[in-house]
Amino acid sequence: MIRAAVIGLGRMGISHAAIANTHPDVDLVGICDVSTFMLSALRQYSAAPCFDDYRKMIEETRPDCVFIATPTSTHADVLRYVMERDLHVFVEKPFCFRLEDGRDMVEMAKQKNLVNQVGYHLRFIAAFNEAKRLLDEGAIGDVYHFMAETYGPLVLHKSASWRGKKSEAGGCLNDYASHAINLVNYFIGVPDAVGGTVLKNIYSREVEDAVYATLVFNNGCTGQLAVNWSDETHRKMTNQMTLMGSTGKIVVDRQECRIYLRGKNGFEDLSPGWNVKYTTELTKPTWFYLRGEEYSAQIDYFVDHVMTRKTDNVNSFSTALETDFVINMLRSDAKTLG
Amino acid sequence: MDRILFGDNQFFGVNHMSEEKARAQLLRFNTTQSIINVLDSALDLGIKTFMCTTHDQVADICDHVRAHPDRYADFEFYPCMPYAYKYANAITDLGIVGALRKFVLGDLIGMAYRGSKAIAMRDFTELMLLLVDTEMKMFRGLKTGVIFIQNITVDLMLGLGLREPFVAFAQHVKTKYGAEPGFQTMNLPLLLQVLEECGIENPIVCSSINKIGFRMCGGLEAYDRTIRLKRFRPIAMSIFASGALAPKEAIEHVCSYKEIESIVFGASTRTHIQETKELIEVLSR
Repeated sequence: MIRAAVIGLGRMGISHAAIANTHPDVDLVGICDVSTFMLSALRQYSAAPCFDDYRKMIEETRPDCVFIATPTSTHADVLRYVMERDLHVFVEKPFCFRLEDGRDMVEMAKQKNLVNQVGYHLRFIAAFNEAKRLLDEGAIGDVYHFMAETYGPLVLHKSASWRGKKSEAGGCLNDYASHAINLVNYFIGVPDAVGGTVLKNIYSREVEDAVYATLVFNNGCTGQLAVNWSDETHRKMTNQMTLMGSTGKIVVDRQECRIYLRGKNGFEDLSPGWNVKYTTELTKPTWFYLRGEEYSAQIDYFVDHVMTRKTDNVNSFSTALETDFVINMLRSDAKTLG
Repeated sequence: MDRILFGDNQFFGVNHMSEEKARAQLLRFNTTQSIINVLDSALDLGIKTFMCTTHDQVADICDHVRAHPDRYADFEFYPCMPYAYKYANAITDLGIVGALRKFVLGDLIGMAYRGSKAIAMRDFTELMLLLVDTEMKMFRGLKTGVIFIQNITVDLMLGLGLREPFVAFAQHVKTKYGAEPGFQTMNLPLLLQVLEECGIENPIVCSSINKIGFRMCGGLEAYDRTIRLKRFRPIAMSIFASGALAPKEAIEHVCSYKEIESIVFGASTRTHIQETKELIEVLSR
């Protein structure tokens, strides 16, 4: 059994707390938030002890690991505090507001040999992992171009939450686009240059609601990023990667991986022309389901790494820092366009 | 409960297999009338119960049903609440308190005493019941024999270890609406254990039940044991595992459990509704 605590009880924190609480190897020893409303609601009924100060919670409950789901601007401070106490840590995406902080956190986790995972949950969706496997196996040859798209109905008018505030690292680039960028880094690698970045305000005043950019790689591969969190034609966040290869094409989202193979030869169990692999055949069962298998899978993976002290986990701080790095590249590039 | 219940995923762009299909369905059902036409087909074929989330468009369907009492004399709604994305997006956008303000405080004039007290007491159960009442408004004057809490909320409360809200919900829908409480879940074995501990007897529980174990947390074996041994009224959903199973194979599996009281499925055309209904009837004999 490992002892876990959750800091920050917004949408993600609550979900992590519920999933961790049902995990057979986890003892949820504390949950914490500054919102008196959330706390009083949970204090009444929740199985886990509630706190309004994470420092106090950690002092009193002595967890082995923590889940941090506070606003991005607070990540570095909280991370520093918990890692100083040698706690393994799962932190929500995006990683850190400032690159310097991110670098420090990577270094600190490495020195202290702590499990360090960031909540890019798309990496735990079977369809994306299957697409990556096919790509690495050479099913579609060399990728010369891709489209990374993320759309959803998150901000449909001027937002009052921290996501609409510049000072709290809100905005579509940090929040929504980070998912698409993280997938690009996973599938293709970190871009060498970016261009034509448009950060578009639609409803928000302080932050952008859409991000459009071209990503360029030294090997000649190029890609387009198109992200919009103010698109209500989508019921919830949808992510799609389209990969154009020399011998085929892959279109993948959370539900299905569609593969087109050129020529007369198949690949593994794939035939020439179009093939579809569905989530139902690719997804492994989980012990508990809340909003998608991937949310349970990423927590199970983290718990397993904490229990076995394996610190070579996916979605590590260093890969999340690479995502932050691309976010910064895009922000600087957007300035040049004015 | 009827043997066959009609579901609503196809109307609101929910498709667990393909986002493209989901979008195509949204295009096809872009008007309330297009949804009503399919409901009418189902009704003509003898499917009288519509199990639906409290999506905004359902309110328009309710208006239509109220306006034609003779046509829909036997028609019944099984509301499932809350329509999760309405709240989830609002929570992300406005924060939890902001979202509550948006959905609940707007109704405070009508429910001033109870509402303000709930906020003041910060009583989660009171707030939840207030949300139930807010969602139930669209069904006023209509038959709602079973009222469900939707799986995201059920499974969230289950995960957090909340018990009292289940009991309060069950009592509330019985006393205020004369309805049976229903629970949707992706975690059937765990939920039944908790409902039993809460003293909720013989509950109506709607969960994924299909041959390949899709969205069946705990696994096929645990579900099999639960269905055969626990005392509850099961409704099977996701019987086709989002299209992964052929209709006959899928329905054969579900019908092999005598304990399963009802089956909910969604379809977009009269032919498809008819075929599925006939298969269920033949294989239930």
